[in-house]
Amino acid sequence: MPERTARAGGMLASELHLLFRRRRTWALFAALAAVPVLIGLAVRVSTGPPRGRGPAFLDQVAGNGVFLAVVGLLVSVPLFLPLTVAVVAGDSIAGEASQGTLRYLLTAPVSRAGLLLVKYAVIVVFCAAAVLVLAGTGVLVGLVLFGVQPAVLLSGDTLGLGASYARIALIAAHVAVSLLGLGAIGLFLSTLSDVPVGVMAAIAVLAVAAQIAGSLPQLDWLHPWLFTEHWTGFVDLLRQPVLWDSFVDNAVLQAGYVLVFGALAYGRFATKDVLS
Amino acid sequence: MNGAFPDADPVIRTRRLSKRFGRRQAVREVDLTVPRGAVFGFLGPNGSGKTTTIRMLLGLATPTSGTISLLGEPMPQAALRVLPRVGALVEGPAFYPYLSGRANLVRLDAADRTSDPRTRARRVEEALERVGLARAARLAVHAYSLGMKQRLGIAGALAAERELLVLDEPTNGLDPQGTREVRHLVASLAGAGLTVFVSSHLLSEVEQVCTHAAVMSNGRLVAQGTLDELRGTAAGRVVVHTRDTEAAGRVLARLGLSPMPDGTGTVRATTGPHTPPPEDIVSALVTSGVGVRGFSVEGTSLEERFVQLTGEGFDIA
Ligand SMILES: Nc1ncnc2c1ncn2[C@@H]1O[C@H](COP(=O)(O)OP(=O)(O)OP(=O)(O)O)[C@@H](O)[C@H]1O
Ligand SMILES: [Mg+2]
Repeated sequence: MPERTARAGGMLASELHLLFRRRRTWALFAALAAVPVLIGLAVRVSTGPPRGRGPAFLDQVAGNGVFLAVVGLLVSVPLFLPLTVAVVAGDSIAGEASQGTLRYLLTAPVSRAGLLLVKYAVIVVFCAAAVLVLAGTGVLVGLVLFGVQPAVLLSGDTLGLGASYARIALIAAHVAVSLLGLGAIGLFLSTLSDVPVGVMAAIAVLAVAAQIAGSLPQLDWLHPWLFTEHWTGFVDLLRQPVLWDSFVDNAVLQAGYVLVFGALAYGRFATKDVLS
Repeated sequence: MNGAFPDADPVIRTRRLSKRFGRRQAVREVDLTVPRGAVFGFLGPNGSGKTTTIRMLLGLATPTSGTISLLGEPMPQAALRVLPRVGALVEGPAFYPYLSGRANLVRLDAADRTSDPRTRARRVEEALERVGLARAARLAVHAYSLGMKQRLGIAGALAAERELLVLDEPTNGLDPQGTREVRHLVASLAGAGLTVFVSSHLLSEVEQVCTHAAVMSNGRLVAQGTLDELRGTAAGRVVVHTRDTEAAGRVLARLGLSPMPDGTGTVRATTGPHTPPPEDIVSALVTSGVGVRGFSVEGTSLEERFVQLTGEGFDIA
């Protein structure tokens, strides 16, 4: 039944179209793209032409543009990326409610479960696109400002150029997956309120709070359950051979968050009175 | 009660429908029956529970108690099956401000899984034309006036094949010309066989197009039926001008009326369903020797009836 499928996908296509034609989405992308650009320029200006390489990533960038994308992701993971996810996820239901368009979607009609699924799919696509913008800009700017060479890993092994880019793609995937739990939390919070800005702030605060909790040794019993636990764990993906533990742990953890908060969002939204 | 449409299968039927918000009872035990093909005016002052009732009809809010049948199916359970055949405007229009009017309608239509994507563009275009927005269709909605948004909302309700339109205050924000156009539109849709359920706090707005009406007051349904039925149950008045107020009062009382002399040579009495016709009252007065200087019957307009039923006033509970 190709037609039935096309119709079921009709709303998702239309909502994605909406996401990518909003100026706000592109402003968020631009802000993210500015991160590797600024880092690249700063390193370029402060170090002049490529010199020797040190242990820190930033020093490596100066010697090899391949690392700029990694540094860009590393810098953006704690705050910038979660902020952009907070904007999109926080707006997902609360934004429709505050505008009053929610009642028209529901009387169109859209099933409430279907609406949540489409909204979450849009969040997932946004996470992937945001990480892609960040990593892609990093790769390009690195190439332009510093040129690229085979990368020398922490272990001392050397990676060919193709393999280096494959590692960057892997890291980008890790970061994108890392954001899925936060996206689900955001979707749930968004069903609780008609004030999107409040929800966005709440999501951002949660992301920061989880990272602070993750840095307190007194709370180490809690750490494995924090959705931020593996956010910067992608350094393992730069080892030779690749250390998959943190990638897999992260994926499992995020899937758990998606299930739990997806269920909570449905539980809340399925019977909620839409009075906005 | 269904008058011209003694239909066993009403389009909307609610039974003891109630909604409470915390301690506030917004809708109480409403039994609404909207026959197929009717233009049904849903009247009531501000805060009387019209929008809340409409939200429940459309499955946006869950009743605290009571049942709803919409197009013969239970709501909100059958929402996905029923709502494609229902066009709705609830508590004012709402759109994505940065999308054009057309893009907004296309988006809503795409959200409905039962709508046909192949006819989408044409249906949206026709709906826009119908409400006079064809020329403004490409403008972003944030550049629309209130009346234009209202029209766009109505266009949204018309963009697909419907059996029932539920319009909550559709003339809100429209100029007199726009109000007239909406009235014509409603009349022409009804002529085409649609059932239209239209709420308003202004009787005059619906009186000219409605076949039926219901009146809400303070969350209760205080009257419903055809317009004639509503007028018919309305109490009128007879007014007798005479110097003989006491004698006139006795005669009127004998005829089953409750006379109220005002001491200035006038006796008024409210008429009811069992009141004899005016000519009999006059002849009874004359044969009893009352010197009648003037006699008149004051009918109740629907407007007055509305005021009687809702207790009027601008005090909102
Ligand atoms: N979300 C809500 N929370 C609490 N009370 C509410 C809510 N929505 C409506 N009410 C109350 O329910 C009652 C009915 O409101 P409703 O909006 O149905 O009135 P209405 O007849 O549509 O009035 P109007 O002509 O002003 O649109 C009001 O007393 C209102 O205060
Ligand atoms: Mg209302």
